[in-house]
Amino acid sequence: MAVFPLSAIVGQDEMKAAMLAAAVDPGIGGVLVLGDRGTGKSTAVRALAALLPKMRAVEQCVYGCDPAAGTPSCESCAPKKATGVPKSLLKPVPVVDLPLGATEDRVVGALDLERALSQGIKAFEPGLLARANRGFLYIDEVNLLEDHLVDLLIDVAASGENLVEREGLSIRHPARFVLVGSGNPEEGELRPQLLDRFGLAVDVTTPTDLKLRIEIVKRRDAFERAPQQFVEAWQKEDDKIRRRIVAARKRLPEVEVPDEALTRAAQLCMQLGTDGLRGELALIRASRALAAYEGDREVGDEHLRRMAAPALRHRLRRNPLDESGSGTRVHRAVDEVFTQTA
Amino acid sequence: MLAPLDREPDPSGRAWELAVRVAVLFAIDPAGLGGVRVRAHAGPVRDAWLAMLKDLMGERAWVRVPQSVTDERLLGGLDLPATLSAGRPVSQTGLLATVDGGVLVLSMAERISRATAARITQTMDNAQVVVERDGIRQQSSTHFGVVALDEATPEDDGLPEALCDRMAFDIDLRSISPRFIETAMASRSEIDTARERLEAIEMQESMIDALCSAAMALGVSSLRACSFALFAARACAAFDANECCSEDDAQIAAALVLAPRATQLPHDDEVEQDDESSESQQSPEQNDAPSPLSEQQAMEDRVLDAAQAAIPSNLLATLLSGIKPIRSAGRSGSFSNAGAHGRPIGSRRSNNPRGRRLHLVDTLRAAAPWQRLRRALSGSPAPNARVLVRSEDFHVTRIRQRSASVTVFVVDASGSSAMHRLAEVKGAIEMLLAECYVRRDQVALVAFRGRQAELLLPPTRSLTAARRRLSGLPGGGGTPLASALAVTASLVDSLSRRGQSPLVVLLTDGRANVALDGSGGRERAQHEAMQSAQQLALVQVPSLLIDTSPKPQQEAATLARAMRASYLPLPYAGSAQLAQTVRLASGGESRTAR
Repeated sequence: MAVFPLSAIVGQDEMKAAMLAAAVDPGIGGVLVLGDRGTGKSTAVRALAALLPKMRAVEQCVYGCDPAAGTPSCESCAPKKATGVPKSLLKPVPVVDLPLGATEDRVVGALDLERALSQGIKAFEPGLLARANRGFLYIDEVNLLEDHLVDLLIDVAASGENLVEREGLSIRHPARFVLVGSGNPEEGELRPQLLDRFGLAVDVTTPTDLKLRIEIVKRRDAFERAPQQFVEAWQKEDDKIRRRIVAARKRLPEVEVPDEALTRAAQLCMQLGTDGLRGELALIRASRALAAYEGDREVGDEHLRRMAAPALRHRLRRNPLDESGSGTRVHRAVDEVFTQTA
Repeated sequence: MLAPLDREPDPSGRAWELAVRVAVLFAIDPAGLGGVRVRAHAGPVRDAWLAMLKDLMGERAWVRVPQSVTDERLLGGLDLPATLSAGRPVSQTGLLATVDGGVLVLSMAERISRATAARITQTMDNAQVVVERDGIRQQSSTHFGVVALDEATPEDDGLPEALCDRMAFDIDLRSISPRFIETAMASRSEIDTARERLEAIEMQESMIDALCSAAMALGVSSLRACSFALFAARACAAFDANECCSEDDAQIAAALVLAPRATQLPHDDEVEQDDESSESQQSPEQNDAPSPLSEQQAMEDRVLDAAQAAIPSNLLATLLSGIKPIRSAGRSGSFSNAGAHGRPIGSRRSNNPRGRRLHLVDTLRAAAPWQRLRRALSGSPAPNARVLVRSEDFHVTRIRQRSASVTVFVVDASGSSAMHRLAEVKGAIEMLLAECYVRRDQVALVAFRGRQAELLLPPTRSLTAARRRLSGLPGGGGTPLASALAVTASLVDSLSRRGQSPLVVLLTDGRANVALDGSGGRERAQHEAMQSAQQLALVQVPSLLIDTSPKPQQEAATLARAMRASYLPLPYAGSAQLAQTVRLASGGESRTAR
């Protein structure tokens, strides 16, 4: 099935920047996209998934373990790694959908019913969390997800490890993934604990500029009428983005974060009164990833400015009497902090 | 061929003609056009329309989905009878996969839960059903259109907005008399030919521009609506055997897709601005001959006119009076539609499953590892049994019964203190909502002033929806207390029927001066208010009357007694104080029962 190319998405710069930053540095910890209906939230997620560079994984490992990673990662790979570098292959980065209506056993993994019933063998059948390891776990309509599934996710997303204790099984396997969620805020609020698991949060709105709207409708239409041709037409642009992601990942460890940038980030968080240090860390990491993607050697004001809203907007204390959206509050604080010291 | 939109003198005949046109276009491209919302009561007119559509669809799938459909049937999963008899997992296909290529008919769509709607819309968006259930993993591609039968009355929740956004058409059959039902304007073979032609239909860029501008001018913000308009225009052209979309096709598309979604009438000043800009873009040696730009402008105007002419008259009235029609957005109250039945949240072991719902899959899972052993030990008491299940394997479904509390604020917005009182209530509502995601409670607001009461904020737990509704709340005027209590009683009644526990918080000084029919006169108004209060008392919901007058009034206390409410004089109630009071009052009911 053809996927709408990322490069063909009109506007929505903040959303694209946040997703690219998460692709460059998965450690940022996920992206939450909230906004109006029909703004291409899930289109963008699928588009990003389609252009991610492939990854090297141990052959026949259900968790897709990294052959080069030092620590033994799963039960099947540990013995292989002890005797040398295991055989590996290149495969696409997993982007796993967590559909609404999924049951707990398929999410965490459970006893393999088929083998248990027919052969009487007690075997573990890995679930979605296992498949998402080293990749992306995507939840559309995240605010409609059942509470008990949310609880599961909150735990695994923080520890990077899935513990299964059921039906006489006791399994522990790596489940490190970038959590990507999208939804419409009018369908209800998100639990604060889940909100906290997302490194970045972006707001998307339907564009109100007529020219922009026409362009979006035209591209969407062209894609739906001839998907293959449309994808081919944008292939070059998408390839460019992919190369930039690869280059950015290489460059990432060398991107410097000068003291001024650290100070700015701290000032900003103080000004906004965000809880704890997580906001600051997310802001710095995201800005560094953005700098790497842009090909810059160090994090500057521009990067901080662009990442401030996605990194901080969901960490503000709620002020019920402040009418303005959290994004506006962050932008206001950014302007204040950056003009003070400039 | 589809006749251009002429003005049928009789509105009923015209409405039927529109409905037929919609059926034809939808039958040509069900998946591309997403769906049709059919507002109608069950009856001959709706049956006739459905029969016509079914006939046009021919051999294609026609799947009816009841509002109470389970995930297993909808999405698919483990086929238990087959699994038990085969002794190994057998999967079954869900309705969303079976319907591929056809039409999914949602009965009583206004009662569909948000969760079910989201499963359907997700499947439509991805054009595939993804099943991750009960040990089964399946993906099957599916393309279908939805017919949502909407029998909503004003008190109902209405269709989930997410679903409405994904359906091109919205037709209203309620005003059509059965005698206008005529035979179809198209035959099945014509539809089939049109389907074949569809792919080759060209569309000029100027047409896309025109439809997008018309959408913008009518305040249609969803971009899906624009895309649907293009698809509808193409289906029109395919039916007329044109190679390219004509202006008539665009006009029909605008009338059918954009008009029902209008939230504003085109502003004259905007048109003027457009004129100016197009003038300034034109070459200086402007002459009388129509330049391509002004020709484009003229076409855009005609498309917009067609849409405007098709705006339903009741919508027109609300648009003209400047009030946005109350859409179902933000009514996330329906999320807990599961109500007394509750949603399954996993299973637990239970040796005695009597009276509970047995969780078959988990029971099987528990039994599975022991099969070989049991077979060996039992000496085969039941040789035909493929799976040996014992009582210790039994697992029962854990069900969360959510009796979400809904706090209904009824606020006196009349008189001089209105602005202050409203501001404080607004603050309290937002504070309560900010805690809602912990307790999953909802808040609603009925305000009364002038001639009558109005449900300003339907039950919601979304802060975003509440903020939008609460901004710019007007105040001042008379005190239609009776009307307020009547509106509240009907709201509260429908809430408790859905298994939610409402709490009424009435803020007033208790002095009514507007009667139910909107006329003045203190005495009659007061009398009617007392009557309404007694009726509210019959619904038997916990209620609280907060007397907001500077000096506590006798009237308010009497009213509280009539509605069997607790009476609380709080002359200068602030947001925090109000929120705190509600928290105390609702304390018992708000907890989630497990």
